[in-house]
Amino acid sequence: MEVKDIFIRNMKHEDFKENEYLDEYLNELRANGVSISVGKINDLINWGRSNSVWPLTFATSCCGIEFMSLGAARYDFARFGWEVTRNSPRQADVIFVCGTIVHKMAPVLKRLYDQMAEPKYVMAFGSCAIGGGPFKSSYHVVMGVDEVVPVDVYIPGCPPRPDAMIYGMMQMARKIKLQNFFQLSDKEKPKEHIDEEIKKEKA
Amino acid sequence: MENIKEKLSAMGCTDLLQADRTLSVTVEKNKFHEVATFLKEGRGGMVFDFLMDIIGIDYVESLGAIYYLCSTDHPQELLALRVSTSDREQPQLFSVCDLWDSAELYEREVYDFLGIKFINHPDMRRLFLRSDWKGHPLRKDYDASPAINPIPAHNEVIDDMERSSTIKIELGELVEKSHQIFGEKEYIVNFGPQHPAMHGVLHLRVSLDGEIVKKIDPNFGYIHRGVEKMSEAYTYPQILHLTDRLDYLSGTMNRHALCLCCEKALSLEVPDRAHYIRTIFDELTRIASHLLGWGCICMDMGSITAFVYGMRDREKIMDIFEETAGGRLMVNYNTIGGVACDIHPNFQKKVKELIPYLRKMIKEHHILFTENPIARGRMEGIGYLSKEKAISLGAGGPSGRASGWNNDVRKIEPYAAYQHADFDVVLREGGLTFDRYIIRLDEIEQSLRIIEQLIDNIPEGFFAAKTKAIIRLPEGEYYQRVENARGEFGVYINSRGDKSPYRIKFRSPSLTLVNALKPTVTGSKVSDLIMVGGSLDYVIPCIDR
Amino acid sequence: MYDFSVLTNWIDQWLRSQVGDSWALFVEFVLVGIAILTAYAVLALILIYAERKVCAAFQCRIGPNRVGPFGMLQSVADMFKILLKEIITIKQADPILFRLASFLVIIASICTFGALPFAKGLHAIDFNIGVFYLLAVSSLGVVGILLAGWSSNNKYTMIGAMRSGAQLISYELSCGLSLMVIVILSGTMQLSEIVEQQAEVWFIFQGHIPAMIAFIIYLIAGHAETNRGPFDLPEAESELTAGYHTEYSGIQFGFFYLAEYLNMFIVAAIATTLFLGGWQPFHVPGWESFNQVMDYIPSFVWFFGKSGLCVFLALWVRWSFPRLRIDQLLNLEWKILMPICLINILLMALCVL
Repeated sequence: MEVKDIFIRNMKHEDFKENEYLDEYLNELRANGVSISVGKINDLINWGRSNSVWPLTFATSCCGIEFMSLGAARYDFARFGWEVTRNSPRQADVIFVCGTIVHKMAPVLKRLYDQMAEPKYVMAFGSCAIGGGPFKSSYHVVMGVDEVVPVDVYIPGCPPRPDAMIYGMMQMARKIKLQNFFQLSDKEKPKEHIDEEIKKEKA
Repeated sequence: MENIKEKLSAMGCTDLLQADRTLSVTVEKNKFHEVATFLKEGRGGMVFDFLMDIIGIDYVESLGAIYYLCSTDHPQELLALRVSTSDREQPQLFSVCDLWDSAELYEREVYDFLGIKFINHPDMRRLFLRSDWKGHPLRKDYDASPAINPIPAHNEVIDDMERSSTIKIELGELVEKSHQIFGEKEYIVNFGPQHPAMHGVLHLRVSLDGEIVKKIDPNFGYIHRGVEKMSEAYTYPQILHLTDRLDYLSGTMNRHALCLCCEKALSLEVPDRAHYIRTIFDELTRIASHLLGWGCICMDMGSITAFVYGMRDREKIMDIFEETAGGRLMVNYNTIGGVACDIHPNFQKKVKELIPYLRKMIKEHHILFTENPIARGRMEGIGYLSKEKAISLGAGGPSGRASGWNNDVRKIEPYAAYQHADFDVVLREGGLTFDRYIIRLDEIEQSLRIIEQLIDNIPEGFFAAKTKAIIRLPEGEYYQRVENARGEFGVYINSRGDKSPYRIKFRSPSLTLVNALKPTVTGSKVSDLIMVGGSLDYVIPCIDR
Repeated sequence: MYDFSVLTNWIDQWLRSQVGDSWALFVEFVLVGIAILTAYAVLALILIYAERKVCAAFQCRIGPNRVGPFGMLQSVADMFKILLKEIITIKQADPILFRLASFLVIIASICTFGALPFAKGLHAIDFNIGVFYLLAVSSLGVVGILLAGWSSNNKYTMIGAMRSGAQLISYELSCGLSLMVIVILSGTMQLSEIVEQQAEVWFIFQGHIPAMIAFIIYLIAGHAETNRGPFDLPEAESELTAGYHTEYSGIQFGFFYLAEYLNMFIVAAIATTLFLGGWQPFHVPGWESFNQVMDYIPSFVWFFGKSGLCVFLALWVRWSFPRLRIDQLLNLEWKILMPICLINILLMALCVL
């Protein structure tokens, strides 16, 4: 079966900008091909996962207020089914890193990320989370959360408008739709990574 | 003030300087506690019961601290006490924790930034930085290279059994004693750093006895961005952008404070039009902040709907901001000498539409939530903060006014266009959570009154004064305070005539509010801890700076 | 009208004629089990969707509207996701009790659900002590919640579980006592009999004032039993992050989540059965033609309609009230609801005499 184009109900394909790598990855998947049954189940799983992404309530500073605006009446991310904000990281799917991450917070963020259950995603919200932002020259600020946890989507702005966040969420949905639940090569990668980490710890 | 001046010089204080209602005095290190006691007890005629701020400063040849004192009976007069020590290796000063409760956190902050240890301070720990941090960042010889303090990007267990130390004089010798903050058998629960009701990343270590809170130990610094150190390398217009991001809910007011401080230093004449626009923007920001604060109290009590209603009304104000200034939350509108651009043609019309709408909505909020028996039952009789305690803690702003402390800077030191508007300072005597809750809604009403009076009278003219391309403040010290949504926001600038400040310090109103949790909540239930926290309405990035 | 017993009897006869009595019983058990589990899951999905929509309406929002028509498939998507989410085993937790807890909660809820009379002839098991059974089984859930809180080895869950223990055990009393009023009125504990007796006039009207008081108290106490706001102390989001299920992930959390919604429905359904006439249509004595028109509406529509109304009431309260404090919560039960309940029972006994 041929892998279908990624379809996001809320947004046309042309409206996504600068993410050709997703299309490349799609072509790669197409070249390999999958059986119909596996492909259909995969589609179903990805449909479920991409439409039900529960965020962790996590905000360090200003961007958190815009995140709240997103939850309130005007922007209402409940439309996309993202409004079930979980306070416990165990039950959340995505962590929105809203605001600056500093030295003292970095281990906490890492801990939160580790506490989350797979599959988990990270969105860096605002320029502080992306690369230090206006506090680039500070002695205590982490220059981007990707130094601490792997990031899936970056949303620039200081703080980004809620609309930008919805766009980021759509990007996220697109990424999730491209996951392959049954493909082993994808699953093996993190395992090796974990082994390496264990080796390092032992050493 | 003259009386005090004489008595202080009789006590051996030097460099008495009266400038613009601020008397600055240099006190010798060993006599400092004596002078402070004299001022606190009011033996000079004025009781200096409010310690506004302690500013640690590195003079290179010595390390010093400046204490800003104020008397609540004569809030216009400020007194700046300077004290310094020339020992850079083991700098020590005497603590004034026993006189003012607010000194506790301020002294810890000075220790954190400059390494000055305070003798007799009960809890000499770092305030913002990690306990294993090397160096003191606000010293001029601080090495900020990341190799010294690498990013700890690993999972870490929070240590409940942290130790603290006290320096005491015993038999004429300084002895450093270490003690544990919590006992071994106490049931310690960590609220935060990531917790839905901590308004950001405050970390409260709470010792519980069943549901009852026995002891609270607030931990800060999870969002400490080093704004003050960064500012020492930035030009003044660059620093303006950082002020918005301190207390993001009253960004306009914070920025206003720095603008006023710079204008005062430059003796710059700001056009009236700019003053009016700034005042309206300040009040709109205050309304937005109070609406969110109101929503947060409700949410902390479990009523999410009220929070969403608050956010809904706030969006209307955000629209007005966006039209004129281009930003929603970070308005970035005030500049030194005026405002960044003229108001949008629709501005006046939209603001005038907003006023009746908000009045109607506040009535609705009262019906929905204030009249709710469960809400009343939760808030009444809980979290008592007396006036004396509030002053001693420095817990000002709406929370202080709910305890009956008249501390509105807008009335004490009218800045911008506040003298043209007729408004009341909302005062309540109760000091309970309910007073702190209701005062926010009442202040929205007063803010609407101010806007109503100013909106039609914005004078014609330029919206900003001409400034030089590079702004250099003349040598000297400047202090400016404004009333932001949480209380008195102060800016201290020590300029050496350069284009960036030698030392800049922001007085955060939220820091003292967190300290007010201890006396108000100890002995109450966990639920009350969260609710009182919500009613004090602190913003953590403002504390951590 | 629309008697489901015709259908069930026919299936029973057919099975018996095909495979013999004992096998027929076995097959029937399996069929009924599957039917109840399916109904349980479907109902939970509908309830979750309904709550999200109702909550959105109260908060001037739109609510889910992108997944499927009007967002109706939203909770289905959630289900797929939560089924495939990683289940984290906690190092310091008690492994057996930790796993057992979520099952206990959902089993208690399914057992109660199974014994409800959904429509005429659609009643899986009709005990002669039906009311007693409902009360007994539904209170098993508290064991699961206590175990969940204790075995997670987390301080938040511990506080949540202790709160929940105090709350559920207290409110169980009011719940039971208010149902006793109906037992006194009807003179039976059998659910089918209770429903049968309400054919002409529902008990809430038949029982005069005591029945109405009992109904209101049951709604309050039952609402507290479900751990939902303003009684959501065990999982008080803004205080204890997620309360007793803080450490649960994946489908184990899903069980708690489902049970929470279904318990809400169960409380509504019990209130319907005992006070609002169960699946009986609305009749007014004397208005023959009106009663006949009412009879045309199928019985399960009556049952789900009335339950839906009670669920809506619960949602309304949930989204407009702030949370109580633990001492206020216990005061409400022991100092207000309990005495009223006792007096109410006395009143009812006098009425019946």
